[in-house]
Amino acid sequence: MNFRSIQAIYVFEMTRFFRTLLQSFVSPVISTCLYFVVFGAAIGGRIDAVEGVNYIAFIVPGLIMLSVMTQAVSNASFGIYFPKFIGTIYEVLSAPISFAEIVVGYVGAAASKALFIGLVILATSLFFVDIEIIHPIVMILFLVVTCISFSLLGFILGVWANNFEQLQLVPLLIITPLVFLGGSFYSISMLPKFWQIVSLFNPVVYLISGFRWAFYDHSDVSIVTSLLAIILFTGFCTFIIFIIFKTGWRLRP
Amino acid sequence: MTDMLSITGLSKRYDDGQVALENVSLDVKEGEILALLGPNGAGKTTLISAVCGLVVPTEGQINVGGFDTESNYRLARSLIGLVPQEISLEPFEKVINTVRFSRGLFGKNPNDDYVEIVLRQLSLWDKKDSKIMQLSGGMKRRVLIAKALAHEPRVLFLDEPSAGVDVELRREMWKLVSQLKSQGVTIILTTHYIEEAEAIADRVGVISKGKLILLEEKKALIKRMGQKKLEISLQSPIAAIPAQLQHFQLSLSDDGMSINYLYDTKGSTNEITKLLNEISSADLKISDLKTSQSSLEEIFVSLI
Repeated sequence: MNFRSIQAIYVFEMTRFFRTLLQSFVSPVISTCLYFVVFGAAIGGRIDAVEGVNYIAFIVPGLIMLSVMTQAVSNASFGIYFPKFIGTIYEVLSAPISFAEIVVGYVGAAASKALFIGLVILATSLFFVDIEIIHPIVMILFLVVTCISFSLLGFILGVWANNFEQLQLVPLLIITPLVFLGGSFYSISMLPKFWQIVSLFNPVVYLISGFRWAFYDHSDVSIVTSLLAIILFTGFCTFIIFIIFKTGWRLRP
Repeated sequence: MTDMLSITGLSKRYDDGQVALENVSLDVKEGEILALLGPNGAGKTTLISAVCGLVVPTEGQINVGGFDTESNYRLARSLIGLVPQEISLEPFEKVINTVRFSRGLFGKNPNDDYVEIVLRQLSLWDKKDSKIMQLSGGMKRRVLIAKALAHEPRVLFLDEPSAGVDVELRREMWKLVSQLKSQGVTIILTTHYIEEAEAIADRVGVISKGKLILLEEKKALIKRMGQKKLEISLQSPIAAIPAQLQHFQLSLSDDGMSINYLYDTKGSTNEITKLLNEISSADLKISDLKTSQSSLEEIFVSLI
């Protein structure tokens, strides 16, 4: 392992993040506040507690997951796409480091940013509602693994994308719908039977459900299934990245 | 001296069938400066990219400092510094940070004293806290060189270092190259400019259509480049070169209206005076004189 090289990539990426700290920090806080106002105060008042959990409190894990997933994907995809776009990728590819180390540097930085934003949203939500986290260790574990796996997904996206449109399209067309329909704002048990079954094909359901279990000890699907799902998803993304690097696809002709 | 870079049977064919390099073999000694000449698209950049790990060779072997660039890529690449042809820099980054990044990326411990030496050497020290987007084109190229030198490479690749660079910076770069050479750094550069090869290279290679068609000491090539042609137009056509002029290396044009004389600029200049005197004593009337030097393109064409 070449730790200095990994550190160089990680620090470089994080510097970019801290340079735009205000945007990075303010935009999730504002959007979280908006969600609380709209779903919590305006609509939430008319919704009973979901499975014994106050509705505003119920949506907190979903909101965190929503931001973490989208931020992880966009950070990681941009992180690798940008050097590809402006050409600075030559330096990373000519450096004495392995592909695995490149991934650790870029994905580690993207996951750290997403984790930071997730924690900021959690802190923001404490201003709106009292939350008691029943399984804090599982909560942190779930959050960290989600940050990593979606950063891996973002990395794949960034390597694949040939232009900025493609970079925007996948999050918009695939990830946002999956997250919104993945039970961020509702329990899938609230859906008609048919749509409940359809929802089970959405991988994000398992992640949000598991994350919510860590908060309230209540979930749509069993926590074991959720854990399996996230492990499977992380493994899948890692495998794809392994293939990309084995073949040099879109990076090393 | 040992070979610092050794390329054997290197070929690169892209998936679309395009052949970028074909069976290129090349050895460069430690501390040597090799200039690679060739028209655009000849494969110079592909050759450099293959050595630096940016392109996966289809066939062949590359050794840098005795390390195979595939099986021992960490050790091989840590010896290499690359200055790319395109100016590729993160626009919002500060000069000093991007140079520090390069050093860290190549696994070297942080050393601000060394970074300062490199930046001073390239007249970038005053600009160390400027963002790259604020720099001029020439300054950006210096930053690229500083990044390549940041990890103390033993082999430096300069891909078209003079493209879009003013005379002053070019001279400075040449000075830097000879300084690096004196420190034992091996340098491989690609260029379009024969003067550049003439000024700094020890050896010159010519690449065309993916093949290394010539590799020789600079002096031999310069001799070839130093040939000039004198075209003597006559007032009336002649059938053949007069016998008393046969000892000059002359040729007659097809219409018999002009005599061509090839000569060496480095040779004695008396020859031309003698030739003109003998032409007039042979009673040939001259209507015009024209001299021309074979250009690099013509040399390429004649080689291909």
